[in-house]
Amino acid sequence: MNWKRKDLLGIRDLSKEEILFILDTAESFKDISKREIKKVPTLRGKTVITLFYEPSTRTRTSFEIAAKRLSADTINISSSTSSSTKGESLKDTARNLESMRPDAIVIRHGMPGAPHMLAGILDSSIINGGDGSHEHPTQALLDLFTIREKKKHIDGLKVVIVGDIAHSRVARSNIFSLKNFDNRIVCCGPPTMIPPHLETLGVTVEYDMNNAVKGADVIMMLRIQKERGGTTYIPSTKEYATLYGLRKDHVERAANDVIIMHPGPMNRGIEITDEVADGPYSVILDQVENGLAVRMAVLYLLIGGEA
Amino acid sequence: MKNKVILDKKAIQRTINRITHEILEKNEGCTQLCLIGIRTRGIHLANRIQNAIKSVEGITLPFGVLDITMYRDDISKLKWPEVKKTEISFDVNNMTVILVDDVLHTGRTTRAAIDAIMDLGRPKKIQLAVLVDRGERELPIHPDYAGIVCPVSIKEEVLARFSEIDGKDEVVIVKTP
Repeated sequence: MNWKRKDLLGIRDLSKEEILFILDTAESFKDISKREIKKVPTLRGKTVITLFYEPSTRTRTSFEIAAKRLSADTINISSSTSSSTKGESLKDTARNLESMRPDAIVIRHGMPGAPHMLAGILDSSIINGGDGSHEHPTQALLDLFTIREKKKHIDGLKVVIVGDIAHSRVARSNIFSLKNFDNRIVCCGPPTMIPPHLETLGVTVEYDMNNAVKGADVIMMLRIQKERGGTTYIPSTKEYATLYGLRKDHVERAANDVIIMHPGPMNRGIEITDEVADGPYSVILDQVENGLAVRMAVLYLLIGGEA
Repeated sequence: MKNKVILDKKAIQRTINRITHEILEKNEGCTQLCLIGIRTRGIHLANRIQNAIKSVEGITLPFGVLDITMYRDDISKLKWPEVKKTEISFDVNNMTVILVDDVLHTGRTTRAAIDAIMDLGRPKKIQLAVLVDRGERELPIHPDYAGIVCPVSIKEEVLARFSEIDGKDEVVIVKTP
């Protein structure tokens, strides 16, 4: 496979072959984190900037560790400590950063399309670390990697995505990725959180949680996004927890070997109970572990070879 | 021009047998010995040495596969370097590692392989076994076991073929276009 991309902006642009190629490459990188010396010299002399305009624990740490394990140098910039608080525009910040010759910039921004704009004006590789309610490509890739690891295949599965579909970039990227592999995708949530015409993406909509989870091979829970006004779409978080929170009795209705996923951070007691989050079907921490391997693969593919 | 065959199937078999005996002689048996083949054709050669040692000593040596892509010195100059898996499931600490490759040329692959192994632990020794040493070294690297030493012009290429992936066993010299 000839990898030719400069940027990773979304799953929607990727072909099935490209997705599989990233997953296969990630397999080769996964072992490095289990070694005593968790470092290879592959990206020696490269510089990776993480530019985050929204809070993050997992994604940013994961990108930073991934880059460091490949011997790249990393610099983290968060909006709260950057000149954006003095009114500098994203474009200016990015152009100034580019003058310091980074090889890749990982950006998370509340505005959908922010990474795409940067990709158009910068020579550095741009990686979308989440843009508003639009896409979160590395999350979908690590989710697919985890599904493949646990199920040994990524087709013919019933995948249920539960929660605030309308505001979730994780849901969107996962729908785009899973649709490549002939899976049945069911989106479930309160009507206020299901965007109109969702079916046109090739998914089924179900409002009743008990029906949705029936026979599910994979259940992906989404977070109530308080920062995107998520709680204004529901009467109360308590009611939401009762109707759409994942409990043990839901898991019992799913397939015997169901896996429970959550992109984090979890609102325990709202979208998922402790019992399920920490239970035997949960692969939530495997997702985090695999995220590292996937991000190593993405960094390697984008900035490893000749530009 | 026709390709020149420098080792045929029988000659490869004899060469592997000789390398096997040299390995056993030099290491006085096969305690703490392991084989690591460099992708792709080093794997097949290492595999055959493993079988040969088994038929002589009755012992199956630990066997690993090494992908050196992540350690290449020219990685940023390559168009699409594909990384494959390294599969070494045993502990290399205090082992004598027999590093196996099909053709030794510049020595850069061997350098990368040594670095990769060192990141996995601290072996007691690393020894290098190759089927063909074609000369033209760019680094101070020398094989401990060489099947055939065959200086070849830079305009020519030496290809080792193994029946497992190439359909037949042979070592040929081909002119590069």
